[in-house]
Amino acid sequence: MSKLSRDDVAHVARLAMLDLSEAEIDTFTAQLGDVLETADAMAELDLASVEPTHHPLGLVNVVRPDDVRPSLDRDEVLSQAPEAEDGRFRVPPALGEE
Amino acid sequence: MSDSPAAPAAFGTAVEIASAVKAGERSALGVLEEHLGRIGAHESSVHAFNAVIEDEARSRAMEIDDAIASGAEVGALAGVPVAIKDNMCTRGVPTTCSSRILDGWKPPYDATVVTRLREAGAIVVGKTNLDEFAMGSSTENSAFGPTHNPWDLTRVPGGSSGGSAAAVAAGFSPISLGSDTGGSIRQPASLCGVVGVKPTYGAVSRYGLIAFGSSLDQIGPFTTDVHDAAVIMDTIGGHDPLDSTSATDGHGSLESVLSDGVDGLRVGLITEMTGGAIDGIAPDVLARVRAAAEALAAAGATVGEVSVPSSVYGLSAYYMVAPAEASSNLARFDGVRYGLRVDGSNTAAMHTATRTEGFGDEVKRRIMLGTYALSAGYRDAYYGSAQKVRTLIIEDFDRAYADFDVLLSPASPTTAFEMGAKTADPLAMYLNDVCTIPSNLSGQPAMSVPFGTGDDGLPIGVQVLAPLMGEPVMFRVAAALEAAQRLEDGESR
Amino acid sequence: MSDTTTGRREPTLPDGWELVCGLEVHVELSTATKLFCGCPNEFGAEPNTNVCPTCLGLPGSLPVMNGAAVTSAMRLGRALDCRVQPSVMARKNYFYPDMPKDFQTSQYDQPTNEDGHLDLPDGTTIRVERAHIEEDTGKSTHVGGDGRITSAEYSLIDYNRAGVPLLEIVSHPDIRTAEEAKAYVAELRGIVLALDVSDARMEEGSMRVDANVSVRPVGSDELRTRCEIKNINSLSSLGRAIVHEANRHVDLWTTGERPLQETRHWDEEAGRTRSGRSKEDAEDYRYFPEPDLTPLQPSEVDLEAVDASIPELPAQTRARLADVAGVTPPEVGLIVDRGQASFALDAIDSGADAGRVLVHLTNNLADGVGEMSSSAFAGLVAMEVGGELSSTQTKEVLADMVATGRDAPVVAAEKGFEAMDTSELEGLLDGLIADHPGEWERFSTGDEGDAKKMAGFFTGQIMKATRGQADGKVVAQLLNSRK
Ligand SMILES: [Mg+2]
Ligand SMILES: [Zn+2]
Repeated sequence: MSKLSRDDVAHVARLAMLDLSEAEIDTFTAQLGDVLETADAMAELDLASVEPTHHPLGLVNVVRPDDVRPSLDRDEVLSQAPEAEDGRFRVPPALGEE
Repeated sequence: MSDSPAAPAAFGTAVEIASAVKAGERSALGVLEEHLGRIGAHESSVHAFNAVIEDEARSRAMEIDDAIASGAEVGALAGVPVAIKDNMCTRGVPTTCSSRILDGWKPPYDATVVTRLREAGAIVVGKTNLDEFAMGSSTENSAFGPTHNPWDLTRVPGGSSGGSAAAVAAGFSPISLGSDTGGSIRQPASLCGVVGVKPTYGAVSRYGLIAFGSSLDQIGPFTTDVHDAAVIMDTIGGHDPLDSTSATDGHGSLESVLSDGVDGLRVGLITEMTGGAIDGIAPDVLARVRAAAEALAAAGATVGEVSVPSSVYGLSAYYMVAPAEASSNLARFDGVRYGLRVDGSNTAAMHTATRTEGFGDEVKRRIMLGTYALSAGYRDAYYGSAQKVRTLIIEDFDRAYADFDVLLSPASPTTAFEMGAKTADPLAMYLNDVCTIPSNLSGQPAMSVPFGTGDDGLPIGVQVLAPLMGEPVMFRVAAALEAAQRLEDGESR
Repeated sequence: MSDTTTGRREPTLPDGWELVCGLEVHVELSTATKLFCGCPNEFGAEPNTNVCPTCLGLPGSLPVMNGAAVTSAMRLGRALDCRVQPSVMARKNYFYPDMPKDFQTSQYDQPTNEDGHLDLPDGTTIRVERAHIEEDTGKSTHVGGDGRITSAEYSLIDYNRAGVPLLEIVSHPDIRTAEEAKAYVAELRGIVLALDVSDARMEEGSMRVDANVSVRPVGSDELRTRCEIKNINSLSSLGRAIVHEANRHVDLWTTGERPLQETRHWDEEAGRTRSGRSKEDAEDYRYFPEPDLTPLQPSEVDLEAVDASIPELPAQTRARLADVAGVTPPEVGLIVDRGQASFALDAIDSGADAGRVLVHLTNNLADGVGEMSSSAFAGLVAMEVGGELSSTQTKEVLADMVATGRDAPVVAAEKGFEAMDTSELEGLLDGLIADHPGEWERFSTGDEGDAKKMAGFFTGQIMKATRGQADGKVVAQLLNSRK
């Protein structure tokens, strides 16, 4: 595997919506690099013909009937919101000044 | 250690308390006050809880007492105080995951396990501390400060369910619930000298458990003995239509198999974890695992060694799968609907400011690791390979279970370590879970049973592993180990 | 919508250029509940009243798949002749405030339906790449500024729509004209309505169309840079947006520039597309299988039940009606699209003249047949064809019948529409010939144009004298018989 770079860490932080200082990028680059190095041990295995396991129990076709269940009380829901207005959640503009 | 706050089952086990309460020998309120008294005396030094909900617990205890007085049916856990890891939703009670990002959040619903405990008559006394979002092995990564091991306050209780393990070890509640994604119940159980169970994936509903690694997470109990653990499992387990991954065919009652013994059972010591390929397992821990095997042999089991070769890749696979799922699960903490918001001039800036301020370093590390493991160009090598390694681990376990009914290993490589010893080195911390992780990857059940102490006098747990839905045989072995340990304790007294 | 079925063609692009267009159509399924929770799936409820832990993405909540949504998806797949196959839900990860979990649960590399096709009424085949299940987002209202997203001071979010089941139907880039694009959407809508899996209303957003547009020189088979056009709210906007965008591309290519691959928004008022926000990082959705849901593996029995539940689809209905009426399928397209095919067939079955039935349904009953039964309608057509009612009278009676549901003779009698005696008309004509001998001369002996013009004159005079009560056909016969 290629070595994790500072740019990789900065890119991943942007995807994850985290703001890192230069010093944090340095620290995380080293720490995540160490973990990825141990993960590279998996490359020793011949996995070409191995099927992945996504569900340990192997359940399939779990569906529910199309029956209405009670919804939550709106006041209770909105009381948890950092900001609400007019029965809705309020957020800053989508494209405000950077 | 005379002034250590450790006092498991200070006021009796859950089974003892429930039977006394139901018989009218003790009141639920009285039992609660005893526990609240202990919490008052020692919580400031242990810090097991993020919140103790005294008032709500008292009114609930009075309801139970009223119900008993009026002759109404009460459940199997009538009047039993229970502590809940603070990553399970409790309606109207703050649920924090020990993170600043959930600041002030009161869930509008109860987790299924909480509902089932309440229906059985248990009384929630508080929400316990954890490594933020269950990411850690020492309960030092909490936004609200670390939890201390009741046996030695300078040591960690393990993690991430350290608060729940410490609460039971300190006698704050006879039972508690934790969650286990890579060992987060079994490792702290081992370090705190209590029983801790990671059930088969799907045996206990995850509805209301704030997700870390969705395909790995399971809720399970901490108790002071195996009997209590069986009763809690029987209470919280079983199909839940609100969880698509909840098993429809369970394993039946565990309480009823406890006295079945181990005569004729085949017990396999996992070679890699008992002096084989996996390094770092302390000699005193290994000695206790071997002693456990001997005890089981003495009780009629046959004991052998068995290799699970791909288990050595468990840590590698786990640190791709769990962070990958976590990176997605934790995206929703964006400052819009609940919890912390740090303002920004637009939504993206607000999301970023909120997440940057709300998450601690370990959570950020895992989110970034998982984001990387799923990102274009790396997904197949990291996330993809890890999911294939899971298949190999399952196949290896299947081969082992063709010859053995249960497997044995350490639960934790060492006894409780000094606080701060591993906080600077994430990889060293991750190695704590080397023996527990394979069962999460395979979905199989495993539990830690206290089995004596190490050279430092601190508790050691032995891990008993079983095939999918193999809880009955796992509990029979656990009960036998417990009996052997009691015998040993009696002889040495 | 009439131009989609009559096959009128406009040149979309300058000579030498060809449109290459694929459509992504999102259809909201009309299940009782949302895709992963039991909240009601309804349009127009008070904001944030149809929400629960799951569709709000609250910590700890989990999804459970709505079986009815899966069935609807498989039915549409079969109707589009897709391979209906085992599928896996996946997570598409990106941040978006309308999306409670900050990932969308959607099918990715293993969709329920793949490799189908949709045949347009004119016979053109558009290949369908896939039709997959996914969840809808909530809805933002942008407040302040001029109400547009770019100038808003803040936004308000309603999550009632979050988690509503969607089918996304993705076509191959087989569409070559804006008219084909409109015909494709109209036909798909007809299929969806016949299956009764959605109300498919573009104006309410229960059917939404994104167009992937590129162009190339005619004769080439290359695929050039495409732009995805969003915010298209009607069929006519779809046509205009495609024509605009394709011409923009041609302009760029012919001036030596090239379009950027990007998402663009259709601005209906300005009649143009606008660039969406450009993103610093290329999108990386980090798809992975949804661990909280199980794979779906329909059995043979499930698939047989799905097949058995497929009703007659618009193409078959068109063929059947056209056959009965003795016309070509495109001519009955509008009637089938409006859901009036069985009414037409019933009326014809009751003995009504097929030609008149089609004319009335196409031209006079666009807003529906109201209270009128097909047999009453057949009675009206019989009166019209028998000369008892003029075409003007027929229309008037028809409007009354649609409103009241009464029978044609009752309405006609009430309105005093007695069949006019021909002798009365003959007398009238005698008088007109006497008064306008020159005009009559031009009618009887003039050239074709003159005769036609004068026929119109005399017919008009007769209509004037009878206040429109005379039957035009009878008048024409009368005029010709005196020639
Ligand atoms: Mg989509
Ligand atoms: Zn809902």
